[in-house]
Amino acid sequence: MVLVIVTRNIDLSVGSMIGVIAMAMGLLQVEILPQIVGIGHWSIWIMAVIVGLIFGALIGALHGWLIAYREIPAFIVTLGGLMVWRGMAFLSAGGRTISPVDGTFALLGGGPYGAIGAWGSWAVGLTACLGVAYTIYAGRKSRIKHNFRLRPKWAEAMLAIIGWSAIIGAVLLVNSYPWPKGIVKQYGAKIGQDLEGTFISHGFAIPVLILVTVGILMTILVTRTRFGRYVFAIGGNPEAAALAGIDTKWVTMKVFALMGMLTAIAAVIASARLNSATNALGTLDELYVIAAAVIGGTSLSGGVGKIYGAILGALVMQSLQSGMVLIGFDSAIQRIVVGVVLVLAVYLDILYNKRVK
Amino acid sequence: MTQKRTPLVNLKNISISFGGIKAVDGVSVDLYPGEVVGLLGHNGAGKSTLIKCLSGAYQADAGEIFINGKKVIINNPRDARDQNIETIYQTLALADNLDAASNLFLGRELIGPGGFLDESKMEAETRKIMARLNPNFQKFNEPVSALSGGQRQSVAIARAVYFDAKILIMDEPTAALGPQESEMVSELIQQLKKQGLGIFLIEHDIHNVMKLCDRASVMKNGLLVGTERVGDVTEDDILSMIILGKNPKVKV
Repeated sequence: MVLVIVTRNIDLSVGSMIGVIAMAMGLLQVEILPQIVGIGHWSIWIMAVIVGLIFGALIGALHGWLIAYREIPAFIVTLGGLMVWRGMAFLSAGGRTISPVDGTFALLGGGPYGAIGAWGSWAVGLTACLGVAYTIYAGRKSRIKHNFRLRPKWAEAMLAIIGWSAIIGAVLLVNSYPWPKGIVKQYGAKIGQDLEGTFISHGFAIPVLILVTVGILMTILVTRTRFGRYVFAIGGNPEAAALAGIDTKWVTMKVFALMGMLTAIAAVIASARLNSATNALGTLDELYVIAAAVIGGTSLSGGVGKIYGAILGALVMQSLQSGMVLIGFDSAIQRIVVGVVLVLAVYLDILYNKRVK
Repeated sequence: MTQKRTPLVNLKNISISFGGIKAVDGVSVDLYPGEVVGLLGHNGAGKSTLIKCLSGAYQADAGEIFINGKKVIINNPRDARDQNIETIYQTLALADNLDAASNLFLGRELIGPGGFLDESKMEAETRKIMARLNPNFQKFNEPVSALSGGQRQSVAIARAVYFDAKILIMDEPTAALGPQESEMVSELIQQLKKQGLGIFLIEHDIHNVMKLCDRASVMKNGLLVGTERVGDVTEDDILSMIILGKNPKVKV
């Protein structure tokens, strides 16, 4: 969504796309694929996810084509999409809820089984530490190569230490979450051992890992590739981008196709978490996504935005909401709070930018 | 004598119209290496439109473009760049949210190992060229929206000069500049001319035209009034071409 907004567009159809993609994947793995390969076949979840991603990319590409080549405003195209895809989600299964989804597929949604445990978490943490070290090293090397001013050695070391401690802290934190007692008992019964009272750590949940991976990949795409650079150039000055020889229409279409694919990932996680595909899945999600991007510093007038900003924005919104649920706030009050926070966050951002200038 | 050589650029009978209005109507101009040709005329005379056919922003409805005697077809800005045609637009065509290096290499980013952008190399190259063009330029890591008019202009010029342009189109390069910066641009034009570039200069200031250009082509209402060697005419002659749309020589 950050990219869509950066190119001065908007996508209102995200929620409905989640609904229809989840529905397609649900039908595929519950009703279509088992007839072909048999129930519980190992490849079902892979095929479902791949089809979902392709389906998402196609819907996105269709939106992008209408917007870029047919020059219909993005607001209208995706508003239409909002209604069309929701309707399709309902029609495709006649309003039924498709459940339960494939077992492996459900793991993608998280939960105790959908996590990678203590050792897996340490492995992920270690990889991340190495990644941090390499990034700092490569950055320094290229600065030396071009005779740019270098950060002092202690500052580099400091950065590395901060990065590492954050990663190790996160691993320790997720590993300190135990499986709930009931789950432990169930698992014990399954493997035929009495695990009463054993501490099995939870570790990173798979959806979190998906989020981090997508976040990193998108950040690289945005900051390190031509495509990302062009997206921002189009947002900053579409005319200049075109005069610089950039095929702005093709880039816009690709942005929407990418958006569709990311939406499909969201659909995978959402339907896996619920262990079912319902036609109401993802309702109003588009507004939360836009809010997350905007809280994360993406400017609606285009040209400005960061991937990690949007992830933080989503984290803020969701923490706020989960927190309020835990405290026991009324859902009406929750909405009021979220709405006020959204406006306040953007206002603070505007104030801050004025100060800087 | 110069006329015997093959022109660097030869625009022949270019016409383009927008919704029934003929913005450019059968105009022919040419440009030789190491020459500055001024394009003059009122606002809306069709100067910018004509030049945009050469830079690839518009496609001419009729007419032919010859580069070094060879006929070329320019459908988009990329084609123009492939012919070593660089343009400095009146609006500068900078993406305000990106920094100088990103703008300089926009559409032609340097790619490092692994297919990723080589940011440091691009910044280093930008520093090199800016040190030549505008030694006071320091704001390499800020978006160009934070730069002054002159600094923005030097980024736009750097972009045109960096890629070994053979043909340079400058659309009112000094319009937004103060006297000192205008002087800098004038010097640059002289310098580039010595290097053998051909320059189309769209300019309103008649003094600059007399000073910088070798020839001047005057347009009015989409038609070419005439092309004269600057040395052969007076300022008044050119002014009357612009205002009356008459070629004083023909009258005489």
